[in-house]
Amino acid sequence: MIAEIGHYALILALLASLAQAFFGLIGAARNHDSWVATVRPAVTVQFLMTSLALAVLVVAFVQNDFSVEYVAANSNSALPVGYRIAAVWGAHEGSLLLWAWILVAWTFAVAALSKRLPAGFAARVLGVLGLVSLGFHAFTLFTSNPFLRLDPAAPDGRDLNPLLQDPALAAHPPMLYAGYVGFAVAFAFACAAMLEGRLDQTWARWTRPWTTVAWAFLSIGIALGSWWAYYELGWGGYWFWDPVENASFMPWLVGTALIHSLAVTEKRGLFKSWTLLLAILAFSLSLLGTFLVRSGVLVSVHSFAADPTRGMFILAFLVIVIGGALTLYAWRAPLLRSEAGFEFTARESFLLFNNILLVVAAGAVFAGTMAPLISDALGLGTLSVGRQYFDPVFLLPTLPLLALAAVGIHSSWKKGRLGERRKAILLTLVVGVLVAVVLVLGAWEGAMLLTPIGFALGIWLMLSALVDPIDRWRRGLSLSRGVVGMAIAHAALGLFTISITAVESYTRERDLALAVGETGQVGEFEYRLRDLRAVEGPNYDALRGEIVVYENGREIGLLHPEKRNYWVQRQVMTEAGIDMQLTRDIFAALGEDLGAGRWSVRAQVRPLINYVWLAAFLMALGGVIAATDRRYRQESAG
Amino acid sequence: MIVLMLLAMLLMVMPRAQAIDPVELEDPGLQERYRDLSHELRCMQCQNQSIADSPVGLAGDLRREVRELLLAGKTDAEIRTHMRERYGDFILFRPQFSTRNAWLWLTPLLLLLIGLIAALRVVRQRAALAPTDNSLSDETSGDSGSSGRSAS
Amino acid sequence: MTRFLLPAGVFALLVAVLFIGIQRAPEKTVIPSALIGKSAPAFTLPVLGSDQQFYADSLRGRWYVLNVWGTWCPECRNEHDTLLEIARSRALPVVGLNWKDDDSAALDWLEQLGNPYDVVAVDREGRVAIDWGVYGAPETFLVDATGTVVYRHVGPLNLQIWSREFLGRLPRASAGGGL
Repeated sequence: MIAEIGHYALILALLASLAQAFFGLIGAARNHDSWVATVRPAVTVQFLMTSLALAVLVVAFVQNDFSVEYVAANSNSALPVGYRIAAVWGAHEGSLLLWAWILVAWTFAVAALSKRLPAGFAARVLGVLGLVSLGFHAFTLFTSNPFLRLDPAAPDGRDLNPLLQDPALAAHPPMLYAGYVGFAVAFAFACAAMLEGRLDQTWARWTRPWTTVAWAFLSIGIALGSWWAYYELGWGGYWFWDPVENASFMPWLVGTALIHSLAVTEKRGLFKSWTLLLAILAFSLSLLGTFLVRSGVLVSVHSFAADPTRGMFILAFLVIVIGGALTLYAWRAPLLRSEAGFEFTARESFLLFNNILLVVAAGAVFAGTMAPLISDALGLGTLSVGRQYFDPVFLLPTLPLLALAAVGIHSSWKKGRLGERRKAILLTLVVGVLVAVVLVLGAWEGAMLLTPIGFALGIWLMLSALVDPIDRWRRGLSLSRGVVGMAIAHAALGLFTISITAVESYTRERDLALAVGETGQVGEFEYRLRDLRAVEGPNYDALRGEIVVYENGREIGLLHPEKRNYWVQRQVMTEAGIDMQLTRDIFAALGEDLGAGRWSVRAQVRPLINYVWLAAFLMALGGVIAATDRRYRQESAG
Repeated sequence: MIVLMLLAMLLMVMPRAQAIDPVELEDPGLQERYRDLSHELRCMQCQNQSIADSPVGLAGDLRREVRELLLAGKTDAEIRTHMRERYGDFILFRPQFSTRNAWLWLTPLLLLLIGLIAALRVVRQRAALAPTDNSLSDETSGDSGSSGRSAS
Repeated sequence: MTRFLLPAGVFALLVAVLFIGIQRAPEKTVIPSALIGKSAPAFTLPVLGSDQQFYADSLRGRWYVLNVWGTWCPECRNEHDTLLEIARSRALPVVGLNWKDDDSAALDWLEQLGNPYDVVAVDREGRVAIDWGVYGAPETFLVDATGTVVYRHVGPLNLQIWSREFLGRLPRASAGGGL
């Protein structure tokens, strides 16, 4: 009975979104105040109904209602309660409902916090969001209904995919969607501006905090996914250029370009059409990512159950939403010229190149991700693209980008005035290069040509980001959240660069074959398998190894990798044993039984790897701090 | 200069296997051929990965097959043919730089070139406008309204 | 003016590609067997639950079906009833290839669920499966009387597929019966 409530709630949500879209867009176009006034109530109804639907699904999982097909397919009575909730978004139908709910939640937030926007404009923004919601509710109800009944009810469920029974991965979709979907807000703001035929600095000031917060969520979501892959998949890798990863990374790259472009539009009224295009592009990539993962067009290590009917539906939706927006763009963008100027070394210039490079990077990732599909569609045969492609083509625009960021951060609007900052720029560069050289000479073997370059760029950027805030602080000037957030985010990018360079240069890795009591050599380290025994968990039984790690004879780590056998799904999972230390991770994962009491073991020592994810979180934090700057919270318009 | 950069990047790319494979052939030459071939053959079960990267059983079996063929003295070409006879062309994985794939490798370079040229044109245009632009008094660096002046 | 139409144009191209991609998606997951039209690989393997050896060329001269399975494979469980039905119909000999499995588990499985196979060959190491180009269980091969592989089905069998793809390829006067 409860499941039907969820189903009806979703239908009501669909109707509400229809009203929201219709009254919002047509009402604003025709200047019908009464219609425009119905938009916010429609948003509230949609939010309540979608929340109800989601809540019903959560309850169905928690109460083990196996008469609901989706619950039976993704949960089990032995599954711990926390994961029963996470199982709600463990597969296609439920994750889609989560997507829709997050969209509606963002919409509700925009409706609530936009009272000072002109009514017509706000109505258009909410109307566009309603249109997107409409599409998702329709898609869910017609092709991916999570509330379908199973008759007769299953005695027990097929269990949540063990891969997903993990805290980081449980949090990963909500974070990711909060980001992905949050770009819909920027998209809606862009569409509203195009519909009205005007876009000014005020518009940029409204749009910017929403976009930055969405970007922050997306950063966290991607970082969580990467971290999870590292400790859960058992091979110690953290980024694979897998299509699903790329599907979230491309919107992130474009989103980064967007928040920088918004800065220029807000400050100087420039790059208007460029900002519009980026806003459309960011959300388009989010939608495209959703499509790629669910339609079966791409072969991936982890894509949702593929279904061509769903693929067609999403494709139609893409055509309407993105095609519509791009047509609007072609129509309206030519009107948006501004006549402001800036010097060659001005901040605007740096940000322009920044955006170009970010978009090129996104384009490179896009080409590599879509290449198999394009090649196949054009009859050019099968193609597989891996890191041999992605790594170099990604670095090509990214390395110059880091250097530009380190210099550009000192640049002033309009006039650049880098000459005044010459000392700071050179000093930070020299320190960066020196420290890099020292690290490379003094640290472990394994440095490549890119190692000192990476270190130098990272340190240079980190220091550069801190120059201005420290300078202001010393001079007793106030530090706005905008300045602080920016400094943190860019310093974090520097930290990210340093960490990735260390990980990629100095990781010690070897696959060993060990029986209890045996030792293997991994670079400067020794791994000894001290014990191997059977243990039992709530819904699995496992083989647990105890590995002692030595460095130059001294014990530096104790690891407990497990090989878990989940009963219901009959799947075997690897839980890596990781000792997280201040400057490195000591890692071991059990491979397979080689016979004669020997097991294969992946042994790794990963320097600075946790700072990679810490940097991502700090970047997000910087973004959120900047987004709460006083000027966005001012009540007066303009 | 660009060439150097590209070379540097290629040096950085070391295909690192993901499947746990503790087996090492004694002959370093064979070991290297084994590693290379493992990255060239697709895991037919996890079709987006090479047998070096795929952790599934079939990948392990195929790697074993490669090892045995190597130890039996087969050439790389013979081993590839052996696999193709059983699994078809699909088992070959490598995106080599051939005419078919050229467009894939050239796309980012092209994008970069176009982007840089476009950006330079814009900057030149705007720099010409700069002396006549009195829209703002000079702003200090730092993207905020904290300096006490009005945010624009 | 035209440069503002560029994004829309590029998008249209992309949609075209994606559209074609979806059309071809169902075919994508199934790789055609490289052995079709070629001789079925010969092999000698132990028989499950016995000391005897099974010689593949003993099958020459008649049409037969080779089914690759394992107790670890959930889809094999799904097709098991179909296999029993096929065995009952005595249309063709059914040879089982027990792939990378455990002998006692396999014997238990057949005892509990019924044994549709005329004989089960044990490929513990997976070498024979590689020779047959197997990449995911269950797979079922149709081999003709000259020893040529005629068809391969990937995934669980059902009776429609059996009659359409397998029985449909038999010559009119096909001899029934087991080995």
